[in-house]
Amino acid sequence: MRRFLRPGHDPVRERLKRDLFQFNKTVEHGFPHQPSALGYSPFLRLMAIGTRSGAIKLYGAPGVEFMGLHEENNTVMQIHFIPDQCQLVTLLDDNSLHLWSLKQHSGASELQEERRFTLKGPPGSPPSATQVTAVLPHSSRELLYLGTESGSVFVVELPSLRPLEERAVAAEAVLQRVPEDYCNRRSCELVEALREHPKNPNQILIGYSRGLIVLWDLQNSQVTHHFLGSQQLENLYWQRDGSKFISCHYDGSYTQWPVSNDNRQPEPLENVVPYGPFPCKAISKIYWQTTKNGLPYIIFQGGMPRASYGDRHSISVIHGSQQTAFDFTSRVIDFFIIFSSEPTAEFDDPSAMVVLAEEELVVIDLKSAGWPAVHPPYLASLHCSAITCSHHVSNIPLKLWERIISAGSKQNIHYSTMPWPIDGGTNLAPDPPQRDLLLTGHEDGTVRFWDASGVCLHLLYKLSTVRVFLTDADPNDNMNTLGEDEWPPLRKVGTFDPYSDDPRLGIQKIYLCKYSGYLAVAGTAGQVLVMELNDEDAEHVVDHAEADLLQDQEGYRWKGHEKLKTRDGPVRFEAGFQPFVLVQCQPPAVVTSLALHSEWKLVAFGTSHGFGLFDHQQKRLVFVKCTLHPSDQLALEGPLSRVKSLKKSLRQSFRRIRRSRVSSRKRRGAGGNTSEASPDCSAQRSRSASLSWGRGRGDVSDLQNVSFPLKVQEANAKFDQDALQEMELAPVQRKIEARSAEDSFTGFVRTLYFADTFLRDSSRHCPSLWAGTNGGTVYAFCLRVPPAERRMDEPVRAEQAKEIQLMHRAPVVGILVLDGRSTPLPEPLEVAHDLSKSPDMQGSHQLLVVSEEQLKVFTLPKVSSKLKLKLTALEGCRVRKVTVANFGSCKTSDYSENDLAVLTNLGDIQIISLPFLKLQIRYPCIRKEDVSGIASCVFTKYGQGFYLISPSEFERFSLSTKWLVEPQCIVDVPELTSNNHVNNRSGVENAARKS
Amino acid sequence: QFGAEFRRFSLDRYKPGKFEDFYKLILHIHHIASLEVMIGYADVHGDLLPINNDDNFFKAVSSAHPLLRVFIQRQDEVDYSNFGTNTLSRKKKALVTLRNDNLRRRPHLNISLPHDFRPVSSIIDVDILPETHRRVRLYRHGCEKPLGFYIRDGTSVRVTPHGLEKVPGIFISRMVPGGLAESTGLLAVNDEVLEVNGIEVAGKTLDQVTDMMIANSHNLIITVKPANQRNNIIRSSRMSGSSGQSTDSTASHHSLPTSHVLQNFHPDEMESDEEADIVIEGGLEPQHIPKLHSLTSSSLSRLNGSSLSHRLQRDLVLNNSSGRESNGNIHKLLSSLKTDPRHSLVIPRGGIEEDGTVITL
Repeated sequence: MRRFLRPGHDPVRERLKRDLFQFNKTVEHGFPHQPSALGYSPFLRLMAIGTRSGAIKLYGAPGVEFMGLHEENNTVMQIHFIPDQCQLVTLLDDNSLHLWSLKQHSGASELQEERRFTLKGPPGSPPSATQVTAVLPHSSRELLYLGTESGSVFVVELPSLRPLEERAVAAEAVLQRVPEDYCNRRSCELVEALREHPKNPNQILIGYSRGLIVLWDLQNSQVTHHFLGSQQLENLYWQRDGSKFISCHYDGSYTQWPVSNDNRQPEPLENVVPYGPFPCKAISKIYWQTTKNGLPYIIFQGGMPRASYGDRHSISVIHGSQQTAFDFTSRVIDFFIIFSSEPTAEFDDPSAMVVLAEEELVVIDLKSAGWPAVHPPYLASLHCSAITCSHHVSNIPLKLWERIISAGSKQNIHYSTMPWPIDGGTNLAPDPPQRDLLLTGHEDGTVRFWDASGVCLHLLYKLSTVRVFLTDADPNDNMNTLGEDEWPPLRKVGTFDPYSDDPRLGIQKIYLCKYSGYLAVAGTAGQVLVMELNDEDAEHVVDHAEADLLQDQEGYRWKGHEKLKTRDGPVRFEAGFQPFVLVQCQPPAVVTSLALHSEWKLVAFGTSHGFGLFDHQQKRLVFVKCTLHPSDQLALEGPLSRVKSLKKSLRQSFRRIRRSRVSSRKRRGAGGNTSEASPDCSAQRSRSASLSWGRGRGDVSDLQNVSFPLKVQEANAKFDQDALQEMELAPVQRKIEARSAEDSFTGFVRTLYFADTFLRDSSRHCPSLWAGTNGGTVYAFCLRVPPAERRMDEPVRAEQAKEIQLMHRAPVVGILVLDGRSTPLPEPLEVAHDLSKSPDMQGSHQLLVVSEEQLKVFTLPKVSSKLKLKLTALEGCRVRKVTVANFGSCKTSDYSENDLAVLTNLGDIQIISLPFLKLQIRYPCIRKEDVSGIASCVFTKYGQGFYLISPSEFERFSLSTKWLVEPQCIVDVPELTSNNHVNNRSGVENAARKS
Repeated sequence: QFGAEFRRFSLDRYKPGKFEDFYKLILHIHHIASLEVMIGYADVHGDLLPINNDDNFFKAVSSAHPLLRVFIQRQDEVDYSNFGTNTLSRKKKALVTLRNDNLRRRPHLNISLPHDFRPVSSIIDVDILPETHRRVRLYRHGCEKPLGFYIRDGTSVRVTPHGLEKVPGIFISRMVPGGLAESTGLLAVNDEVLEVNGIEVAGKTLDQVTDMMIANSHNLIITVKPANQRNNIIRSSRMSGSSGQSTDSTASHHSLPTSHVLQNFHPDEMESDEEADIVIEGGLEPQHIPKLHSLTSSSLSRLNGSSLSHRLQRDLVLNNSSGRESNGNIHKLLSSLKTDPRHSLVIPRGGIEEDGTVITL
């Protein structure tokens, strides 16, 4: 019968769906993965970051951001803004140049790629002849100078990107008047740097890698000055008045050169090795900044003593007697100085230094004493310790929001008060409709609270759970103890610290009650902490309890990590969330599920062994339930992660091998063995084919490794080869077998849920706790919570009321109770705070159980199946994440409905209606290969979501037409003030007329 | 004429004797010596199998533990196609078709009976599939036998408008010795998997197809393109008997109830009762099974086995029946006799009071 009732295309519903659902990826939060280039426009006050995957991101004032992607997905090597324009040029590692523009479109700016261009040399010339090494956008805005590996400088017209061959500066022309003996030693050099004269746009400084620097006159096309450097050149920088420039070198030295009309071949003024006398590393970039008081700032990257500090990533700032070497925890990609860009200003007067390191952005305030760091409003390093879990809370009450901010502000006192110096563009986005918190748990035992309301994800407060425990590493040991007299004067900056002292501290589950301010966090070693928000520092003892989840099961030995040792006596906690209860599961397996009921003052937690309920008011364990199948040795013995990762890595290596096999077949081409693919090819044949191929590979790797003198490497290669052959023998195959009760990890508790519902009979409802396991079992416990006035006097009681074994035995990932109106039950305290209607306790309740394979609705109190939606059996996808989301119509403000948002293992998001479980719409969201992206996904209550696109970046997406947080901003061309600009403008007009 | 009645009697398990003696004994015990009857028995899986010669009599006795349940029907009313197909008859719908067929069809010849078999698999939809394809249904009887096969990625050659094209496909890569898949003889290594329960696998990854098969493992229907195309069914001669195709065709001849047109059915229908979840209410104290199985008359035997299935069967009843009307009963009965707990634990819809519940392990 049901087939006739299947959803046809109801036009009303279809229209409503269009008003409710819409999929958009709106903004990327966090720090770009693998940044490779940095650019800055003082004119637009915008910063650009390029990445190894070909992305380019522009940032200005908070909320102003743009993103572009090069089709080639090649590494962005350099980014240069065209002076006084809304344009920039990028150079990729395939030697292609791309011109991008910010164009205004219906009131907002957009970043668009305009043109692309690859420099071509004369026929027959080697590719290196046109390999671009240095780019100089000329201040006329008409020309782009391109230095190449061959030593020639090519000229390209803007914005057409048309080469002007007659203007090119050939290396031979430069070398004409260089003294004979000097030029003999240094031929065929690559162009290391191109710098325009700050006062005379007709002169450019060309620096060659072997040390020669020339000043080239553009009008006469000839060299006016020769500077015969003796060291390999790294970079050049003009002094503001154009009377001097500074060069930095591979040996860790920098040299000042005078530029005057009397001497066409001057000697250096000064040659300094700042961290000498022992051999130093190269200084790769240098700034010379003048100030009113006369003392210049010399800022350079690198130059550390090679032997003792060669591994540091440093940038040194020297200003008179002050000198600091800022020490970064990851490689420095590039940096720039923000200084007065007014052409009429006499001095540079630098205000801030912006450093792009591989893993974070650090901005140093150069105006305040002590050069403090500036707290960036965006580009937060989400991964300063690896993210282990995340939790989103929508619509935070103002009171709690303010208290969290106040707790966080006490942690940020060491930051500079300077306003954010990169402030170009205007944010047009409306104020976010509500206050949202994203909580991330980290490997080092911290929880970070992010303001996720708008486009800029920024850190409000950081909570550390480490203090509760005794760990091997004393936090005081790690303090930077370098004193004033230390040399070099290193100072650690930035927050990126990927090293965890103790992986057991890792946070696995977070639950925050936004009404009461109770927070529960649970970690890798079975620790569960319940915390309360306190606005003051406090010192108190954390109550400690142990939950033995194995109960009377005997004869098992836990082979995983030990539980964390706790600190005896009172512990001092700073203002913010302070733990008052610690429950430690025994065995100390990772906590896999967590639920907190702030009204009943109960916390429930589950591991691979079972689950327990703790009364945090009376500080008493209510009960524990072991879910372990007695034969499940794997779950008993050790941390799940180990077993799983081994399995995963095996699977991955199989895949890798398969991929390489496939691609190599492709390479062999049409001449290859075609019979291999014929359908009747027998197992033996394909096996022998793969075997011989395996041998072939082995030979190749042998050949490659012969050149390595190290025996170890040979041995490794041999091992690889053997392993490879071994794996080649076993094809990638999957076992088809029904699940059984004896499978491993069936006891693993996947989900916990509190509900006030009809568990026993339809006349009385009562508090209940629901738990779902990996083996498809749902347990329901009836709870008796004493009324508030006797809450401390009587114990909380629990009694098992139901046990449901789903026949398909798939892991239960979500449990939900729907009230008489088929609305999901409200959160604890939601009704008490007048933020939700009271649930309907008149009509009959329903139970929704979501397993990885299907969604099923049961009646309550008698559990019988009402309807279901199968996903895996029909589509082959499995449920990874599920949540209830409220969708409002974009057309009418008074209509909204609750649906389920489901993320599958294929990376699709499906919206499924409640309570009839009809698929509404499906969107592809994450690539199915991106396992960590899928695992990291978190939905909000209003149809948005976040997932990690890299260890350091969250992609934000929206399923809703109504709730959409995306950048909306405009970059206006600022008023042109100086004469210089006016001249330039006329120059442009001339150029336009010419073309 | 026959009321449903039962008799209990004993035989020497190790010396069962001859079928003819047994036949006479039966007739004698039941005082129906004048009638021609067909004797059947329920095997361990709850399937109704016939007893009509020494061999299967011996087999029946030896497999009985501890009791042999014997069914006696009038010879002329026996519907041979019922034998061995009970698994499917749990569906009411199927039953209806079954009965209609009985009215139409002539009784089969004895020789075509699958005497000692119960279905582990069947070929279905022969009429709607291309001859090169085979749709195989695997019956999983409880958990005692693993499905037992592996699948892998591979390439298959398709005829397209642009000529021959290589496309990725899913193939059977390995059979587990003794597994269900191997024992059917209908699937073989290097068979290409085209569909799982009516859903095409083209464009799906190995992992997806794996998940689909596992999700359907209780009633898995795979459409394959056999690597060996020599045993294909030849449409024009659908008569059984020609030795070359006997393995393939016997099942299909007796699989009337299974001949769903797979394209048309709604998958939910097929499994509506198959997938009943087990619900344990209250604590762990055992409860009685209320009126669930009190469908037919009195009990032939009380089993005192300790296993779940045996306990579940304790209230079940058997009858000697004859007459067409009782066919349905036999089937209901047999289905509830099945050892697979999931089938036995079907929760009757709406058949239970607010408080009273249900079934315990």
